[in-house]
Amino acid sequence: MSGPSNFQPKSPILQWTERRLPVLGLMHSSFVAYPTPRNLNYWWTFGGILSFCLAVQIITGIVLAMHYTPTVAGAFKSVEHIMRDVNYGWLLRYVHANGASMFFIAVYIHIFRGLYYGSYKEPREILWILGVIIFLLMMATAFMGYVLPWGQMSFWGATVITNLFSAIPGVGQKIVELLWGGYSVDQPTLQRFFSLHYLLPFMIAGVVVLHVWALHEVGQNNPAGIDVKSDKDTVPFTPYATAKDNFAMVCFMIFFAWFVFYIPNYLGHADNYIPANPLQTPTHIVPEWYFLPFYAILRAIPSKLGGVLAMFGSIALLAFLPWLDRSKIRSARYRPLFRQFFWIFVITCVGLGWLGAKPAEGGYVIASRILTAWYFLHFLVVLPLLSYYERPKPLPASIAESVLGNQPMAPANVKGSS
Amino acid sequence: MKKNTLLALGIASALSLATASAVRAADAHAPQPPRQSWSFSGPLGKFDKAQLQRGLKVYREVCQACHSMNLVAFRTLGQPGALGFTEGQIKTIAGEYQITDGPNDSGEMFQRPGRPSDYFPPIYPNEQAARATHNGALPVDLSVIAKARTYEVGFPGFLIDIVRQYQENGVDYIHALLTGYSEPPAGETLGPGQHWNKFFPGHKIAMTPPLDKDRVEYTDGTPQTVDQYARDVTAFLMWAAEPHLESRKRIGFQVMIFLIVFAGLAYFTKKKVWANAH
Repeated sequence: MSGPSNFQPKSPILQWTERRLPVLGLMHSSFVAYPTPRNLNYWWTFGGILSFCLAVQIITGIVLAMHYTPTVAGAFKSVEHIMRDVNYGWLLRYVHANGASMFFIAVYIHIFRGLYYGSYKEPREILWILGVIIFLLMMATAFMGYVLPWGQMSFWGATVITNLFSAIPGVGQKIVELLWGGYSVDQPTLQRFFSLHYLLPFMIAGVVVLHVWALHEVGQNNPAGIDVKSDKDTVPFTPYATAKDNFAMVCFMIFFAWFVFYIPNYLGHADNYIPANPLQTPTHIVPEWYFLPFYAILRAIPSKLGGVLAMFGSIALLAFLPWLDRSKIRSARYRPLFRQFFWIFVITCVGLGWLGAKPAEGGYVIASRILTAWYFLHFLVVLPLLSYYERPKPLPASIAESVLGNQPMAPANVKGSS
Repeated sequence: MKKNTLLALGIASALSLATASAVRAADAHAPQPPRQSWSFSGPLGKFDKAQLQRGLKVYREVCQACHSMNLVAFRTLGQPGALGFTEGQIKTIAGEYQITDGPNDSGEMFQRPGRPSDYFPPIYPNEQAARATHNGALPVDLSVIAKARTYEVGFPGFLIDIVRQYQENGVDYIHALLTGYSEPPAGETLGPGQHWNKFFPGHKIAMTPPLDKDRVEYTDGTPQTVDQYARDVTAFLMWAAEPHLESRKRIGFQVMIFLIVFAGLAYFTKKKVWANAH
């Protein structure tokens, strides 16, 4: 990873190891000396917050797995055993369950930040695509995790979502049976979901390493969306970004703790405290809140295959974004029209999320269709056209100028390490 | 520039108008249970031990005729933040139940008095037996019922509830259900074994109105009304569903204080570090 590092440990033992495996030097150049644009705002702290979320999920998850039983007869009871009898089991489970939601809140902010400031544009295309892959892995992990307590929503959610694959012509039914491990959602399904739910977070961690690697290769984007031109434009990661990330992360933890300790079941479904019953369908089968916009898109299309294609397409489209938005200007700050369409797009996504929670009937379906259409129009028509017709505002000459104005300024306190 | 802004605004308002009018066409629903004041709500909420004990009495003398509570162990009645029973009292309560145990050395299952480590025993040998005695309806297990029921809160109420920390929807619903029985309105006919309940989805419920005035004797002078019984047994069911609620809120308060102080320190650290970089 890039970044100037002249890391020289003082201890002779560390000098010895450093000559053979320069891991401390790597850490130093990545998280201490690494130059970050000096104009980053708090929207840039969500990368660090997301690593925190992943670590929390993995740690609580590993302990939960020590007490959980992946059987149709025992899963629900073992979750209640964790809640009642395991020391601080209620805390572990509530942190893990709410942690999933917190992870998605943070990732949605992170994604929309990237959309607003054009972080997907040249030279960050691969960085962006790796992010889309992480997002997909997160969705798969969260979905399978929600199945594990084996409540009503677990069971019926799993039934609805796995059935989607049957829409694929020809091999659909085979794929569904492979997912189920049989001919319905049952013991083999639960067991393989548990296995995969344990595996996928480590795959996420692997892609995160690539994501950070790519980031450190091309450097961070910034609110002005212009390239770093001189040392004046940057400050070293430590102490500047570390101090800022730290403050943002503690604020995020307060938000997180609010849910965990005071309204731990607010983001879940009451129905999932009813043990799974294959003979009784709940009145409304609703996925977790973070899937709702995609669920609305799925149900907006009258044909099953069409709905499935639209739903997966809505995510796949993100991977092509660097080539749909041809504008050379990255940041929405200097793109007056793009900025307005960005906010319309945000409202569209929130609206789809709200509609996803409503029953698929009458006006809700019509509304979902309008917003689904706009979702795709935004990417396929609006963004390509804007690249040609929009007249951007003049860009600042440098990052330093955008922060400090034109006056000469005192050099930042660059120490390298601390 | 101006024209472009108008274009974007136009698209936004067209989208939202179309959406709003489409949405207005849908909707129409059952009454929302009235919100009650619960001792365990809010950031400093605690169970009222006397209320939980009365609630257990109502459960044992009324609900238990049909409803099991098989995730709750007798020993937990005396845990911190629970009903405040002593070990002796718990032994007595457990001893009043017959538990099927075994097999013994001759291979037979046998009955023995309950011990604190036992769970509230099942009422029926199996689901079919339960349904057979209730016109096909199944009396549900009540262990987590207070978390397994809710009602929908529309916009913006559902956002305000986050700020207010309101999560007592399940107990509001149960209290409303227990007190929501009445004669069916004109034009509605009930099938055999059905009863009219204002708050039950579909209104036709198989559970007979369980509570009557003076049905359970309270020795502490608490009024023996249907509303009071409903309130007490519902609070007890909340404890049964969330036995660590009190320590959750207590630890939460400590965590919050820690994090807020930490955030303050982190803020001033950040400010100092960045002082010469802006």
